[in-house]
Order: sequence, then structure tokens, then C-alpha cells
Amino acid sequence: MPDKKPVLEVRNLTVALPKGADRVHAVENVSFTVNPGEIVCLVGESGSGKSVIAFTVMGLLAKALKPTGGEILLEGENILAASEDRLRQLRCTRMSMIFQEPMTALNPVMTCGEQIDEVLETHTKLDAAARKAKIIAILTRVKLPEPERIYASFPHQLSGGQRQRIMIAMALVLDPVLLIADEPTTALDVTTQAEILKLIAELQEGQGTGVLFITHDFGVVAEIAHRVAVLRWGELVEMGPTEQILSRPTQDYTKMLIGSVPSIVPAHRGVRRDGETVLRTEKLGKTYVSKGFFQKGRTVRAAADVDLDIRRGETLGIVGESGSGKSTVARCIARLIDPTEGKVYLGDTEIATLPPGRLRPHRRKVQIVFQDPYRSLNPRMTVGDSIVEGPMNFGLSRSEALARARTLMETVRLDPNALDRYPHQFSGGQRQRICIARALAMEPELLIADEAVSALDVSVQKQVLELLDEIRQRLKLAVLFITHDLRVAAQICDFVAVMSQGKVVEYGAAEQVFGAPRHDYTKALFAAAPGRHWDFSKASAA
Amino acid sequence: MSATLPDAVVDSAAIAAATSRRRSVWALAIRNPSVIFGGAILLIMLVIAILAPYLGTVDPTRIDPAMRNKKPDTVLTYRLDDGTQAKRTAIMGTDSLGRDVYSRVIYGTRVSLTVGISVAIIAVALGLAIGLISGYVRWADGIIMRIMDGLMAIPPILLAIALVSIWRAGLVTVIFAIVVPEVPRVVRLVRSVVLTVREEPYVEGAISVGTPTITLMWRHILPNTVAPLIVQATFTAAAAIIIEAILSFLGIGIPPETPSWGNIMAEGRTLFRVFPHNIMYPGIFLAFAVLAINIMGDGLRDTLDPKMSKKV
Repeated sequence: MPDKKPVLEVRNLTVALPKGADRVHAVENVSFTVNPGEIVCLVGESGSGKSVIAFTVMGLLAKALKPTGGEILLEGENILAASEDRLRQLRCTRMSMIFQEPMTALNPVMTCGEQIDEVLETHTKLDAAARKAKIIAILTRVKLPEPERIYASFPHQLSGGQRQRIMIAMALVLDPVLLIADEPTTALDVTTQAEILKLIAELQEGQGTGVLFITHDFGVVAEIAHRVAVLRWGELVEMGPTEQILSRPTQDYTKMLIGSVPSIVPAHRGVRRDGETVLRTEKLGKTYVSKGFFQKGRTVRAAADVDLDIRRGETLGIVGESGSGKSTVARCIARLIDPTEGKVYLGDTEIATLPPGRLRPHRRKVQIVFQDPYRSLNPRMTVGDSIVEGPMNFGLSRSEALARARTLMETVRLDPNALDRYPHQFSGGQRQRICIARALAMEPELLIADEAVSALDVSVQKQVLELLDEIRQRLKLAVLFITHDLRVAAQICDFVAVMSQGKVVEYGAAEQVFGAPRHDYTKALFAAAPGRHWDFSKASAA
Repeated sequence: MSATLPDAVVDSAAIAAATSRRRSVWALAIRNPSVIFGGAILLIMLVIAILAPYLGTVDPTRIDPAMRNKKPDTVLTYRLDDGTQAKRTAIMGTDSLGRDVYSRVIYGTRVSLTVGISVAIIAVALGLAIGLISGYVRWADGIIMRIMDGLMAIPPILLAIALVSIWRAGLVTVIFAIVVPEVPRVVRLVRSVVLTVREEPYVEGAISVGTPTITLMWRHILPNTVAPLIVQATFTAAAAIIIEAILSFLGIGIPPETPSWGNIMAEGRTLFRVFPHNIMYPGIFLAFAVLAINIMGDGLRDTLDPKMSKKV
């Protein structure tokens, strides 16, 4: 074992925000250490300052932010006092960073080998042959198949997981003592995420590297961390060994945060199949054909042979990884895109092939809430105008529609007097409530939530999920819930359809699918869910 | 109203803090020094054009064979229609037909600004309509854009020559000849904005609440094109003023009896070594007009472009 002197020591770090920001400091009086061979997770919701800490350590902070106090010691050397030249020497050799989005972090016009070579050329005096040998060795170490071929490949020729491996190879090629990972798996699918997490853990254990791991996902924390630091509004709330923080948090905020993490064990909701069928699809499919004037046509089957049915008061979840076709199905049902095969029955009406004019009366019955709360509302319209737009399209007078909007604002627990405000005056969670109100204003029979809580922080996510479930019960709505998050699906769905490559591979009651998955893909998906062995509900009970 | 949720009610402090950012972008644009500088010069030009008869000018088409080719600041004696004589100083001299260059340059401002402004308005209006259709109606897109590619390939000067030989030289012909190749640029711009905005969830949200297509375009898509169009309009206006001057200079633009900067320069061309003022003064006005519009356009782009406005 290497000596126990910490590789990174952050003491009373304070970083000021520019004037006019919502608070004075991005980070305030934060102290923690990272020991050799240890993974420390910084966990917090958006705006907690976790990324700012990472960038300060790397000396990559945006000009507008200034560290105003404290020190950062990398093996005893104060980084805040280091010159730009010294920082450049330290990066990659003593400390490295990997980022969230592996596509944008790599240069698209250089081969992966050349990009790693650049690091070696800058920091070592090795000749070309020795550099190449070193690169092939590191590519083998990050378990990329055919390292020679990968060496000569461009980033766009590789998958997201492979690109992230290239980033890790680049970060670790000079054996730094500290690796900073800023949400390295957030953009990846759950199965890829599991592999990357395993790889990071293996590599750092072998080399004794200290890892500062930034994440918002408590599942990932449970999976990988040795110690956890919880941040809120730039302040350190609580720090300790993973087991202690997750099961016996002392601070209320930590308790609330961990209590908000949905359990992967499905809630027992009792399956009723007594409601009338609201939506039924029969062999629904969507094939994209792209062809230009001079190009040969290319066909992509985004979805095929999808059979679903939802009854009143039920929630059907569609889970799957990116590109599985789950959003395509949702958009076909809402007729935002036209399905190319199959039928969609809304009640007794087949709507898949209705022409736009005859479709319009049926639009009211299916409403959709989108993922991104910042783009779901027209920034130029007051939220009131956004909500009343639909009812007024269907003949309601403005005053009637506004009265309905006021009631709905109360339903989604917002102040009805806020109707004349613009979307940018609301937080992400509040905007998502407004979107739900806009959907409900149409008095729909089916509500589609397309990743509606994926962009939200875990505590806000919990509130919106509870709101959705309450509305479903009260209005006896049928809900189609699209998500990539198995934990969310486990908590809100009565039935679950697992999609992969455009097809439904498993379909059944949530308890049955989660409890005893039958299809290989479903099994692999559940096995990859981070922190699946950890029951977060224990903490809130304690 | 429930008390269980922490963000249940938007508190009034938040309302006070959050002013409408959208309006502040326009306020910023008006305070931008480039916009102020360019706008001020342009405003002066506009005043000159409107008040041309009252700025000490004489009839710009009045020929006086006795007073040909006088240098600037020559004192001229006029015989007026009622027989009396009057003296005035030709501060910019006279041309080879004895016409007062100062009066011609001042009246020429009218032509240039008319061409610049009307080309900008017509090109933007046409481009906006075609661009909205092209961006929104998928099947029409390919056809419209190929036609636009074709229009863009027509050089405005050759088109002007062709049009002048079919119709006759005049303001309308010039404006038409400049508008045709400018429209595709606006179409491309509008189309690209529409293609981005139509994928926005709020547009899809509006579709799913049954908003009719026309309302959808007007309420949700059109407002996004306004800022880039205003910027584009300034550059179109500047280009139009230059092209008009070129066409007039070549003798295929505004008819010679109408004073325009291009015409004045064309007439001064033969004697410009001896009498450079005939070319210099309209040249200075032309340069300032185009410079002012371009500076203003740059300033507007800096503040209205969403990518730039984040930095401010």
C-alpha cells in the first residue's frame, strides 16, 4: 500500500460567483481529502457547486468565477498559487479529468490514437515507437477490443462507451495520482454505465489512484464510492464513509435526499384490470426512410410490432435504453409523428391513419409532457397563455379557460396568481408542473409522460412523481410513462413494457417484470442498475 | 393549496427579482454603442433625404451651360425665371452640364435610402413567407430550395441588364433586380430557424393541444425569426445601396435625369482627374451610408444573436 498521505487536500475552499448571481459564493468553506486508492464521491443536486470544485482543482475555472479563500493541496503543492505553466505540467501527469459527454470531449478530426499521443508528446520525451507501444498498452488496459484498430479510429466510429474508455485511457496514460470524474456515466446507457464504473474501480485499485467522482446519482454512489461528501448550495452538508452516509445520515438534507431516491423494488400497487381500455395499439411500427435527390434511400426501423393496452386509472411504463424506440412509440400515439404500420385505437376510434382534419377532435384526448422543462413552454408567452391555448382552440372562451387554468394551477400546487408570469421566472420542477397543468387543461383521457422527470433533481423528481400519481388516481387518467430510469418505473408503473431495438421484449405487471424478469435483455438491464443491492428506504426510516 | 411541498407557491420576492429577460435584450440592443453610432448617422441621412429641398439646394436637374465644371466653393451667378439674378456658392462644385453637385448629392440620398429600405423590406417579407413554408411544409421544402438555389445563381448585374432591356430603366426595375438574388438568402435564414424551432417541445406541445397550423406559425414560430431577420435586413439594405450605385454607375440603373450617387459618379468619371469632386462627394456619402448600416447591423447581431447575448 502507498503511504497514507492524501493526494488531494481541499481546505476551506471558497469560490465567489460574479455579482448579480442568485448567491454570493459558488462554493463556500468546503474542506475534504482524497487518499491514495480511494474513491470520494461529491454528490449533490444541480447548483450545489460540485462541478465548480472539480474545475477549481484542475485550474480550469471559468474567468467569471474566482477562488477567494482556502487552498487546494495536490500532494502538498498548493494549486491555487500555481502558475499557468505549472498547472499545465501537472495536468495529465499528476491529475486528470474525464467529462460527462465523451463525444464533445474528443476532437472529431483526430484519430483516438493521435489524441492520446498528443498527451505523451507534450509531457514525455519518449520516441514515436515507445509512445505507440504505451498507447496500445493503455488501450488494452481499458479493455478496448482490437487496440490497433481503435488507435486508428475516429471518435465518431466508436460507441459512447468506447469513447468514454478512450477518455479514461487518455486520463490515465501517465499514471496520475488523482483522477477527477465529472458525471462520467450520466450520458451513457445503464448497461454501459455499469461497465465503465467497473472499469474505473478496477483501474484505480490497481494503480492506487485517488478518484474524485462527481455525480448526482445515489445509485452510482452506492456502487462505487468509499467515502461520500454531500453538497448543497456550495456548502458541505455531511461527509463520511459510504455505508454510514447512506444508511445513517445525520443531516436532515441528506436524509431527505436519500429518502427521495426511488426504490428499485416495485411498490405493491395491486393490479386491477377493471377499467375500460383507453388506448390499444396493434402491431404499431415506424420506419424512417431518408432519401435525398442523389442519395440511395436508407431505412431505419425505429419501432415495430408494438402491442400495448392501457385502461383507465392505470400507468403503463415503457422502459429501455436510448435508441430503443420508446419515444417513437409515444410520439406515434400522440400523432406527433405518423406511424407507418399498425393501428392505434383510442377508445373505439382508430387514429393512426386519420387525416389531420379528422384527427383534431381526438387530439384533445391524448396529451404529452416532455422531458426538458426549459424548452417545453414558449418563452415568449405567459404560462397562463400557454395553459389556455388548448382549451381555447376547442372553443372555450378566454375567461372560462382562465378559470380552468386557475383551478389547475392549484391542482399542480402552484399559485394561481402566477399565471401572468413568464416561464423563465419558474424553476425546472415548477415548469414541469405547469406543463402538466397545460396537458390537464385539455381534460385528456391519456397522459403521456415522455421522460418527464428525467431532467429533474431527485428531490423535485419525487414531488412531481407523487403529483402525477395523485392526479392519475383522482382523475382516473390512463398514463403512459416513458423512462430510462428503472427506479422511477418501479415506483410509478402498474405495468411495464421493456423495449430494445424497436421491439417490446417483455411486457407484464411491474411486480412480475421487476421481480422475475424472463427475457435476457431485461435481466441484463436490471443487473446493470447501479446500487441495486442498496435499499435507500432504510435510511429514511432510520 | 398544500403546505407539504416546499416550492408550492412562487413567493413574491422571486417575481420582483425576475424581470422579463426578453425585453431587456432589446433594451441592450438600443444601448449598444455600435447601434447608437450607426443609427445616428442613418437618422441624419434620413433627415437629409426628407428635407432635401430645404437644405440650401437648387433644382438638381437644372442645367446651366455657363457654369460647367466649376470647382467646389465657386460663387455662381444665377438668372432666375423671373429675370432677377441671384448668387450662391456651389460648395461641391458643378458637373459637366453645370448642375449643382451639392444639390444632386443631397437629392441622391433619397434614391439610395429608398432602394436600401424597400429592398430590405420586400426581400425580408418575401423571404419570410417562402422560408416559413419551406421550413414547415416538408414536401415543399426540396422544390422551393432548389428554386432558391437557382435564383441565387443569377448575378444581379446581369439580371438588371436583362430587365432594363425588357422594361426600361427605373427605380422599380432596380429594386426588382436587387430583390431577386437577395430573397434566397432570407429564405435560407428563415428556413433554418423554422427547422430548429419546429422540433422544440413547446411547438410539439402546441400541436398536441390542437393549435391550427396558421396560429402555430404566427404565435410560436414566427417570433423566433424576428431578431435574425432584423440583422439580415440591415445587411441586405447595405448591399442594395451598393448594388444600386454600381448599376447606376454602369448606366443600367436609375435613369440619368434622376440624381443618384451612382449616376453622379458615372457622369464625373470622364473628367475625374481634373474635377475629382464629382466622384468624391457622392462616394463619401455612399461610404458613410453603407458603413453606418453595417455598424448598426453588427451591433444588433451582437446583442440579438442568442449565442452572443449569453455573454452580455
